[in-house]
Amino acid sequence: MDQEALLGLGPYSLNREEKTALYRRELAGLTRRHRAGCREYRRLLEALGVPEGGELAPEDAPMLPVGLFKEMDLCSVPREAVFKTLTSSGTTGAQVSRIFLDAETSAMQQRALYRIGESFIGDRRLPFLVLDSKRALRDRAMFSARGAGILGFSIFGGRTCYALDEDMALDLDGVRRFLDGRQGEKLLLFGFTYMIWKHVVRALEERGERLDLSGSILIHGGGWKKLAGQAVSQDEFKDRVRRALGVETVLDYYGMAEQTGGIYMECPCGHLHASVWSDVIIRRSEDYGVCAVGEPGVIESLSLLPRSYPGHAVLTEDLGVLLGEDDCPCGRLGKYFAVTGRVPRAEVRGCSDTYEG
Amino acid sequence: MTNLEKYDKLFLEAFRLQPEELPGLKYRGIQAWDSVGHMDLMSAMEETFGISISTPDLLDFSSYEKGKEILAKYGVEV
Repeated sequence: MDQEALLGLGPYSLNREEKTALYRRELAGLTRRHRAGCREYRRLLEALGVPEGGELAPEDAPMLPVGLFKEMDLCSVPREAVFKTLTSSGTTGAQVSRIFLDAETSAMQQRALYRIGESFIGDRRLPFLVLDSKRALRDRAMFSARGAGILGFSIFGGRTCYALDEDMALDLDGVRRFLDGRQGEKLLLFGFTYMIWKHVVRALEERGERLDLSGSILIHGGGWKKLAGQAVSQDEFKDRVRRALGVETVLDYYGMAEQTGGIYMECPCGHLHASVWSDVIIRRSEDYGVCAVGEPGVIESLSLLPRSYPGHAVLTEDLGVLLGEDDCPCGRLGKYFAVTGRVPRAEVRGCSDTYEG
Repeated sequence: MTNLEKYDKLFLEAFRLQPEELPGLKYRGIQAWDSVGHMDLMSAMEETFGISISTPDLLDFSSYEKGKEILAKYGVEV
């Protein structure tokens, strides 16, 4: 399918049968493309004995463990075609993923993100309150996942205010000035879950302050790992955000630097949804067999967007559970699921450990 | 200043280019016109011409030439 047609699909318009047919075709094409373009990927498939050509069921497409993007440079285009290198946030000191984007992939990611976000936010650009510091955007050639997230969502934003200063302190005066004259207006708030919790919600609570952003929409992502460490549940996060900021609509998303653009947005029913440009397969950690609905396992994420690096089928280090397919009460077709945690360290290392380069 | 002069100036200043580099210039065609550069350019366009560009148009604004077509939709003849 050509790019125009692919990106022209309704984000949640394909049922199981249609999506499976699309993915059989498209994943085979992407595997061929990356096999031809990326030497390391080709050697890996050869080492794993994956035969060339031929369509496979989506669950049989060769997948790369996400850790591999930290261990080697996986790139399917000539270096001079790399327009941007994206890095996963990673904790300080830990190795980060390096994702090589060419202009084509970058444009496709932006358009897919637009189509997904549009169905939640609308196509009118809203005043944009970034619940982060401008510092996250500093190094332009080498974006962190945080910078890429802010920038990705900035296409939905008009006038912009960064709520945190360079030292990650809440600039309440700056925010109030920005809100001045915008009472009751719909704003787009965006940030990373943990940053919002620590530097906005907790900061407001400690100062005994509140904002009234009713009618606005808050989108947040970046995972729950750090918050779960502080024993903050998703429900409590939402409640406290609503109380501190007065914003009613609080939507989480799940995404990763390795597959930017094709994010999984939370619907009003509280379920994360796969759009037509990405999909999840939940796998048993013992044998990587496919889990049934309701059975927890490791999340594999498929994406039809990566053209410049072999990231179309990635085994993540996240745990999740498939909640259903094509039948969410919100009306969106496709799979819907929940992320339940992280794979304990060292468990999902099999594939990359056996690869000898 | 004519609209064309204003339009050109925004590109020249945003991306530090020479006028002869403008024809055929594409979004993601040079390092400076990346997504950060793009959002800055769009804000500058909005401010200079007093318009508010929709997200689809912002994504369609893919080259120096295409931008003129987009602005025409907002009644700005470049």
